[in-house]
Amino acid sequence: MTNGSRACLARGLSRMRWLCLLAAVSFMAGRLVGQQPQPQDPIRFNRDIRPILADKCFACHGPDANRREADLRFDREEGVFARPGPPVIQRGDPAGSELVRRIRSEDPDERMPPPSSGKSLTAREIALLERWIAQGAAWEDHWSLIPPVRPPVPQVDHRDWPVNPIDSFVLHRLEQAGISPSPEADRRTLIRRLYFDLLGLPPSYEEVEAFVRDSRPEAYEELVDRLLASEHYGERMAVYWLDLVRYADTGGYHSDNHRNVYPYRDYVIDAFNRNKPFDQFTIEQIAGDLLPGATREQRIASGYNRLLQTTEEGGAQAKEYMAKYAADRVRNTSVIWLGITMGCCECHDHKYDPFTMRDFYSMEAFFADLQEKAVGRQEETPVPTAEQEALLAELQQKLAAARAELDAPDQERDARQQQWEERLWEQWTAAAQSWTPVRPATWEARHGTQLELLDDLSLRATGPNPDKEIYEIIWELEQPLRLAAVRLEALTDPTFPNKGLSRANGNFVLTEVELAYRQSSGEWQTVAWSSAAADYEQAGHPVAQAIDGKPDTGWAVNGHQRAEPSVAWFTVREVPELPAGAQIRIRLRHESRFAGHNLGRFRLAISSLDTKVFETLTALPVEVIQALKVVPEERSGQQRDVLRTYFRATAVEWQAERQRVAELEKQIADLEASFPRTLVSVSGPPRTIRILPRGNWLDDSGEVVEPNVPARLPRLPEVEGRPTRLDFARWLVSADNPLTARVFVNRLWMLCFGYGLVRTPDDLGTQGEWPTHPELLDWLAVEFRESGWNVKHLHKLIVMSRTYRQSSEAGEQLMALDPQNRLLARQNRFRLDAEFVRDTALKISGLLSPRVGGRSVKPYQPAGYWANLNFPKREWENDVGENQYRRGLYTYWCRTFLHPAMLALDAPSREECTAMRPRSNTPLQALVLLNDPEFVEAARVFAARIVTHGGATAGERLRYAVRCALQREPRPGEQQVLLELYEKHRREYAAEPQAAQQLLQVGQMSVPQGIPVEELAAWTSVARVLLNLHETITRY
Amino acid sequence: MFLDELLGSAVTRRTFLGKQAAVGIAALASLLEADRAGAGQPLDVPGVLKKLHHEPRARRVIWLTMAGGPSHLETFDYKPKLAQMHGEPMPESLTKGQPIAQLQGQKLTCFAPQHPFKKWGQSGQEISTIFPHLGSVADELCIIRSMRTEAINHDPAHTFMNTGTLISGRPSMGSWIWYGLGSDSQDLPGFIVMVSTGKSGQQQPIASRQWHSGFLPSRYQGVQLRSKGDPVLYLSNPAGVTTSRQQDVIEAVKKLNAAELAVTGDPEVSTRISQYEMAFRMQMSVPELIDLRDETQATLDMYGCTPGDGSFASNCLLARRLAERGVRFIQLYHRDWDHHGNIKKDIQVVASEVDQACAALIRDLKQRSMLEDTLIVFAGEFGRTPMAQGNGRDHHMKGFSIWLAGGGIKPGITYGATDDLGYNAVENVVHVHDLHATMLHLLGVDHTRLTYKFQGRDFRLTDVAGEVVHAILA
Repeated sequence: MTNGSRACLARGLSRMRWLCLLAAVSFMAGRLVGQQPQPQDPIRFNRDIRPILADKCFACHGPDANRREADLRFDREEGVFARPGPPVIQRGDPAGSELVRRIRSEDPDERMPPPSSGKSLTAREIALLERWIAQGAAWEDHWSLIPPVRPPVPQVDHRDWPVNPIDSFVLHRLEQAGISPSPEADRRTLIRRLYFDLLGLPPSYEEVEAFVRDSRPEAYEELVDRLLASEHYGERMAVYWLDLVRYADTGGYHSDNHRNVYPYRDYVIDAFNRNKPFDQFTIEQIAGDLLPGATREQRIASGYNRLLQTTEEGGAQAKEYMAKYAADRVRNTSVIWLGITMGCCECHDHKYDPFTMRDFYSMEAFFADLQEKAVGRQEETPVPTAEQEALLAELQQKLAAARAELDAPDQERDARQQQWEERLWEQWTAAAQSWTPVRPATWEARHGTQLELLDDLSLRATGPNPDKEIYEIIWELEQPLRLAAVRLEALTDPTFPNKGLSRANGNFVLTEVELAYRQSSGEWQTVAWSSAAADYEQAGHPVAQAIDGKPDTGWAVNGHQRAEPSVAWFTVREVPELPAGAQIRIRLRHESRFAGHNLGRFRLAISSLDTKVFETLTALPVEVIQALKVVPEERSGQQRDVLRTYFRATAVEWQAERQRVAELEKQIADLEASFPRTLVSVSGPPRTIRILPRGNWLDDSGEVVEPNVPARLPRLPEVEGRPTRLDFARWLVSADNPLTARVFVNRLWMLCFGYGLVRTPDDLGTQGEWPTHPELLDWLAVEFRESGWNVKHLHKLIVMSRTYRQSSEAGEQLMALDPQNRLLARQNRFRLDAEFVRDTALKISGLLSPRVGGRSVKPYQPAGYWANLNFPKREWENDVGENQYRRGLYTYWCRTFLHPAMLALDAPSREECTAMRPRSNTPLQALVLLNDPEFVEAARVFAARIVTHGGATAGERLRYAVRCALQREPRPGEQQVLLELYEKHRREYAAEPQAAQQLLQVGQMSVPQGIPVEELAAWTSVARVLLNLHETITRY
Repeated sequence: MFLDELLGSAVTRRTFLGKQAAVGIAALASLLEADRAGAGQPLDVPGVLKKLHHEPRARRVIWLTMAGGPSHLETFDYKPKLAQMHGEPMPESLTKGQPIAQLQGQKLTCFAPQHPFKKWGQSGQEISTIFPHLGSVADELCIIRSMRTEAINHDPAHTFMNTGTLISGRPSMGSWIWYGLGSDSQDLPGFIVMVSTGKSGQQQPIASRQWHSGFLPSRYQGVQLRSKGDPVLYLSNPAGVTTSRQQDVIEAVKKLNAAELAVTGDPEVSTRISQYEMAFRMQMSVPELIDLRDETQATLDMYGCTPGDGSFASNCLLARRLAERGVRFIQLYHRDWDHHGNIKKDIQVVASEVDQACAALIRDLKQRSMLEDTLIVFAGEFGRTPMAQGNGRDHHMKGFSIWLAGGGIKPGITYGATDDLGYNAVENVVHVHDLHATMLHLLGVDHTRLTYKFQGRDFRLTDVAGEVVHAILA
């Protein structure tokens, strides 16, 4: 069609016809897309009738069994026609149908919907219902539940217009409505549109110029191919995908602490760049960890299941949060892949769509195997890169070799080992014989325990057993003594519980041992300990805690499970030389929170042997001592190994070999510590999932459910055993799933047109909107699936279409005929997403870093913006260098305090799935673009670029500036306005060089030398104007 | 309404622009002239409710959020029986099977009220002695002692109090009200939030989601007014840029956008132009708003604040100034009411941080004849247990106290009651949904009819519940 004929067509509409069309379109705008059924047309249930029933009747006559009145449901055919009692609808006979009588009734008690519901039917809706009944009341399933079948491509009158089937579908509708499509957008608009849609970045002026001049027919397709192959394509696609999966760098609830999930973000970028088939993309995210031989990439992908909000709040109840997390996953997964609003079914059966509480909790059950903390910091898994893994393998090999050397036969050094053993044994026996048993002179227990002295010189507790207790034992030296060490034996007694070591449960917690002495009647002198050792220590209760000065920590020995005597040695720091007659006092404190854990029976001994010897001996592992006790010939192989290993691990003779091993071990530890860590799915025994009545997590009365898919959707294939996430993921992308392909196709369409073919991209259920082009949607869905879920193929198909390439200009008539552009007789215009607004300013200024992936970064953020965060309190630290100029999608995503510039430009906080961002136009956005240092710095750096590269005169520079920002020539009026601004500000800044300096100091980039500051500052003003223009941040 | 969001309410603007595009560039120029002449476009069109559902009793709301969960037992709910049972086990009949926060698995014993109560004013309202100033305006207060909420941890409890649901991502009440009623302010947002922090104990975090617009159009998001740095984020001109130079830049943006509008006729350009003007007006009006030099010393003394100190008292004074300027919903947070331990001392400290200013706000509004159409709500996100947690109290959601004052509220009454130990609200229970319904009612809105379609369902602030508490209405 030529321009001329299109103009004719438009002119040919008489004023009368025009008004009719206008009336018709606006009449239907709310729902039915201008595809008004003509009186002679057959009524189509899904298009014409179901929306009426869903909106006006389902609340009381729908899927929710608890709210259903009169046992009548309009969501299912059998609910109307196979219902007991008098028929509600007589097919072919409106007058004889109860339904018609009730909707036409004037009696408020009879009328449907009842006035109390707040709903009423319009005359048009009543007429439609009557015509439908007259035509036989044919029923259809809800459209999105019927598997898509590739419809025939319609014939159109203007056969030369379509370049692919998309255009035929669109043009067919337009021809029905008597509307012509718009002409193709100009070349500059086309390349800008493609750049923004496919990369989220503006093209350079040179790229635009080259494309404008390239009149070859294949130029457009080459451009599309080039952009689809760009590594920035994945970044652009990730921006949208991350909204869906609610990706963020923090946990969301309460303290909102950091979590490492950027490897997942990079996975998404990479997947789109490498055109990973969407079915594979789906499976890896939901169940990558369950794939046989799961790769690093697949495990990172499975981090999807961990992106939800989690809490660390003290006092949060585990059960409540496990229920929250489970429900969150169902809500998110079902919106992302199925486009259905399962969230409603957490508390009741869905009121509009055929989904039940059982469906909801059965879907939860698929995820019940995920291991996670209900409350607290989630555990991250190391995910080494391929290079790191290779390096680790190499180091481990070297370590094995070094260990082998340390273990190799060596006659000479083995002989030395023998000498060492002998010397050690001598020391041991000397030490063992050095103990002098203590015969207590006085003993008392401070809190009521009675101690009795037995013949073996042990003290045994009887009488009351208080929660806490302190024993004090005093004796007098008969001979002078070097007081070097004290031995404490904890003894079992058959009268104790479990025949153990205390009267509580057999276990004791000795919180502190204190030693003091005095000569005759002098002051008690406290003696400090240097070390402690024991032959047994309970985990978390080492004997060192008995000399740490802390009353709440202590030595314990699992006496409740293990009724065996234990012994501990304590050595003193500075050995006192005591004369005969000196008194020694030992206090044994039991002051832990474990009530009554007091030593039941114990014995003391002292030694004057050199403390160094003691320390050497007490440092020996128990096994070494046990091996030493056996004469060499009788030692077992294991005992020989113990001695040999210990010798080589400690003796100076083996130091070189040992050092080599230690170095390698350290290298490996360092390497492992440097591995990126992230949240991935870790599978474990599945938790029991019950239906929670009314969603109440405290109520355990509901039925236990097994994993299953919603009953009204195609069944899950038979599997052996309990179905898994992997089964669920495969089901999502199975050929007979009616939803997944449609949902994705619809959203990709949205990215190319601003709106989906279904304008509610998060709801393809009965409450969502009817598709503007149902056949096209189905055609694309089938094409997508049959292409092998090929995202780039689909994307290319759409952007190659003539429909996509139309101008977005809406003339007066088109605006009146189809204000919401449901018929697609033009393209749409919309502001760029928050991230791309930033990227655009950075790119124009030349600041943008092209680096892809990596940890999230922190661009300038006003100080104190995080002041209301706590546990811990924290401050945002601006990144420096290149990381300050990364693309917006890498900005650190703090859920409770999202970067304010992003927030102002409608970026979501990502607590829940966002399928479509709102697009607002607010004063706060203006403030961001005007005053955020990020934009001011971009402007001043852009100014330097203008001055250095823009030519010699102000006019040339201005032209250069506009070309950079808008990729076009300045309009005459613009030139005048901007040059006036430049001149005025140059004069002002020349008079106030300090002000100019201040402006040029905004941001981290250095100010280029050799350019007058007033020149830079004045061009900064011009640059600020350009970066703030509507045109700059709008995709046309 | 979903369409409205899809189109960013462009439908109305398009109708306007449809005409405009036809009139051509000359007319457009004069239109812009008119704009320059000061016929400022309000920040917001009237709300989505073209007409109120009934005669309103209040035009605006000042909501004082006592963040952390103030104990009702040391403030507004006098429980002598609890004092008698101090140290005794809490009756299991009350606590069995009930959700519990930090006291999970611990012995539950009664903990006596830590401060005496007194009867105040002609109404004889019982208020703790930690609130002498509030006591002096007791005859203006309607105390509700029978509040209930559904969340026991801070973050979800704030979310519930603000949005009526435990699920994140839903609009806060300020956004609902701005969306429904629009704003009376020419150059300030319709929903403004201020946060102050106490000095006594642990300050729980507050998330900006508490003033988020959720699925409503994002221009209804609450705007935080800060006491340090830019009062509104990005409000100040860049360094070295004077007001006149900023104006030059904005003027140039406007001219170039106007040229774009002339070429494209796109109504979004027209909106953009007006939003830049609004931004500039905000740059002028906010500094004037926060500049307290025109307040008398007597006023400053009445509130007990030093201008610029970022205190709750300063924020109360600012709240009055915002109310005067037509801001629809003003919300103050004071973070410091989480008294797990040391409640006797700490609650006294934090009470002294808010007591005088709250009373001053009531008096000040009254003397300006604004109390009659301003609803004040003083509420935490939940209450605290009658059981001891050391020498403090744990979180509690089954019964707690708040007060209301001003537009349409019956003054000098106490409504509802908890049981003898202050555990369960038992008499005239007021659920958070009921509080929301009552607030909307006072604003002239039927809470069941302020809805927004999202994900196929008509959502509202009160979810599927909420009864107006008629007994407390004047």
